[in-house]
Amino acid sequence: MAQPASHRRHLVTILVENKAGVLARVAGLFSRRGFNIFSLAVAPTDDERFSRLTIAVDLESVSLEQVIRQLDKLVNVVAIEELDPADATERELLLATVSADASNRGQVIELSGCFEGRIVDVGHDSLTMMLAGTPSQLDDFEALLRPFGIIALQRSGPVALKRLVRADAQSPASLARLA
Amino acid sequence: MQLTGAQALVKSLEAQGVEVIFGLPGGAILPVYDPMIDSPIRHILVRHEQGAGHMAEGYAQVTGRPGVAMVTSGPGATNIVTPLANAAMDSTPLVVIAGQVARASIGTDAFQECDTTGITMGVTKHNWLVTDAQDLPAVIAEAFYVATTGRPGPVLVDVPKDVSNATMDWYEPGVVDLAGYHPREVGDKDLVRQAAHLIQRSERPVIYAGGGILKSRASKALLAFAELTGIPVVTTLMARGAFPDSHALCLGMPGMHGNYTAVTAMQRSDCLIALGSRFDDRVTGKLSEFAKDAKVIHVDIDPAEIGKVRMPDVGIAGDCRLVIEALDDSVRALVSSGEAQADRSPWLATIRSWQEEHPLHYDRETSEGVLKPQFVVESLRDATPDDTIVVAGVGQHQMWASQYWRFEHPYTWVNSGGLGTMGFAVPAAIGAKVGMPDRLVWAIDGDGCFQMTAQELVTASAERIPVKVAILNNAYLGMVRQWQEMFYEERYSEVYLSPDLPDYVLWAEAMGCVGIRVEHPEEVLPAIEKANDVDDRPVVIDFRTDAMEKVYPMVPAGASNDDIVVDPRFGQGGR
Ligand SMILES: Cc1ncc(C[n+]2csc(CCOP(=O)(O)OP(=O)(O)O)c2C)c(N)n1
Ligand SMILES: [Mg+2]
Repeated sequence: MAQPASHRRHLVTILVENKAGVLARVAGLFSRRGFNIFSLAVAPTDDERFSRLTIAVDLESVSLEQVIRQLDKLVNVVAIEELDPADATERELLLATVSADASNRGQVIELSGCFEGRIVDVGHDSLTMMLAGTPSQLDDFEALLRPFGIIALQRSGPVALKRLVRADAQSPASLARLA
Repeated sequence: MQLTGAQALVKSLEAQGVEVIFGLPGGAILPVYDPMIDSPIRHILVRHEQGAGHMAEGYAQVTGRPGVAMVTSGPGATNIVTPLANAAMDSTPLVVIAGQVARASIGTDAFQECDTTGITMGVTKHNWLVTDAQDLPAVIAEAFYVATTGRPGPVLVDVPKDVSNATMDWYEPGVVDLAGYHPREVGDKDLVRQAAHLIQRSERPVIYAGGGILKSRASKALLAFAELTGIPVVTTLMARGAFPDSHALCLGMPGMHGNYTAVTAMQRSDCLIALGSRFDDRVTGKLSEFAKDAKVIHVDIDPAEIGKVRMPDVGIAGDCRLVIEALDDSVRALVSSGEAQADRSPWLATIRSWQEEHPLHYDRETSEGVLKPQFVVESLRDATPDDTIVVAGVGQHQMWASQYWRFEHPYTWVNSGGLGTMGFAVPAAIGAKVGMPDRLVWAIDGDGCFQMTAQELVTASAERIPVKVAILNNAYLGMVRQWQEMFYEERYSEVYLSPDLPDYVLWAEAMGCVGIRVEHPEEVLPAIEKANDVDDRPVVIDFRTDAMEKVYPMVPAGASNDDIVVDPRFGQGGR
């Protein structure tokens, strides 16, 4: 089952200069201001001077505005964008090793197929599969895998880009299907 | 021109107009101390790096120029963490140069290695680890730029020893251009106009002036604006002197130990105009009960302050001086377009009546000639010129100094507000005197505070920096004692210090100062006059003050400002 998508969780992408310690600066700011990080993904951008952090922020006790304004004070932070989940293309990667012996291997593979996941490693009585999708698809997948016995599981935390604006903008519902 | 990194560093500091550095050498910073011999920059050799940091802060607070301190790696760097945190809290421009172990040794737990940039990340506006001598001119320019622009603050530049020793090609750094740092100075015009409307319509407005007034050099603008609008002004602990205490519109200090009128005027206000202030918990008391009926206009150079604590009705990010001037214009435009100002005479009359009913008060009639600390402050105030710089430590004496001094000019009050750092006063006074050598500089210190950094009086004697220190010696960590008396049923736990251990007069003399002891009220004035006449060395006066005296008024921690206690007989131990 999908976890209730918390309305308190917001995605923020932060463009930072590729300088030593920049991740520590961002992480340190979150911890000393009492902001909660739910997930964090970091990688270089196409411009080697910059990296992009995608942070899912848990806004239990603080406003998103405050988080953004404090982040903006970090000298190495170049740009911050708040991504409204309804207005962003969001993807996350999941890797899971699941018990799958002869008796249920077929079911596991079938489940993976339903989600358009892929089997990326095969053992005698286990399988490792991969799924890229929206965080809530991954939540569903994870929940359905659980009864088979999850041996190891790793998720990347979401990355996201702003949804493109088009003149012939489709309804959110049809976009959701596209996603 | 080929220079060593060390030479380039010193030359870069000279190029920034640095006239004095407070510091203490050691292994990793040794290369930089060599070209210091040939530099016109004055170096003041401190006895502890915390002293260097607070001196640089005192210097910066009175001059408006960045204070500079230099320390070695490891313990030198960790010793200056407190001043960095202090400067971060009070938005003081401070540039600290720290030595670091050679690049190849970083991360190996080398001798006197510590993760200086990591440790100071949370207490600096920004810091740099220089990994190439060629970067030094640019990094130093960036460091000064960041420290002094926008909301000022401390920065640290960590320089590995081999970077100092390496050679580089000297160049003049260009205009600083940092991808992620663009302080915004001018306030949004529409917001200014909205604020002006709010102000004109308000019947019970109060200007809540904070340290930002001083940082943005907006005292004159504030005076003009207050007079134009006739709005009374409270000056926070960080803003004492930003508006003259003698002015009819001045209500003095608000907050936990603020006077009744300043506290209550904010509570009853219908329009709080916060200028360079940040709704600190020591000002607001219980937040949900603070100024409940007030619409809030909040002006601050730091956008993150706006809405951080109290959501304003109009929040304007910008330099205080520029925004006040814009507000001035806007109000004038409203007036000339015929928008009437609400009638405020009942409000001002109410304020007058509060002032008459609840002035600051202490028992002047003392039994057997006990010396009241407030009397010492008043005597000092009356026996010194009004441009005297007053520097305080942290505790009861700090509150009495702020309450009973009469500040007439900006930059005459130096104290540790946000961090509340005991031991601040002596070194900060020395730094202030270095920055303003022609002014009389008096530190008003506690006996507890004095013992934390007194060694810097050796520095002052050696460097002939004639500061004066008034110790309000109550033989206690008085402020803590007051809380234990009032809130812990007089269960005094670890607050007694002793009046004569150490012997402050002997200690002062051992440090090359004049030491004077004062035990009775009639000795106060002669001692102050004697101290004022000494100009070739520091003076320390050990005022033996009443140990039982408490600071009033008081809003107990966590209580509403409505519950301000003005009655000195409050609390079981009170007299
Ligand atoms: C470095 C530091 N340690 C502890 C405190 C907590 N504290 C605040 S005021 C105070 C007492 C200060 O004593 P003293 O300097 O004698 O001043 P008094 O209150 O007696 O005037 C203490 C311990 C502090 N502010 N700073
Ligand atoms: Mg004391």
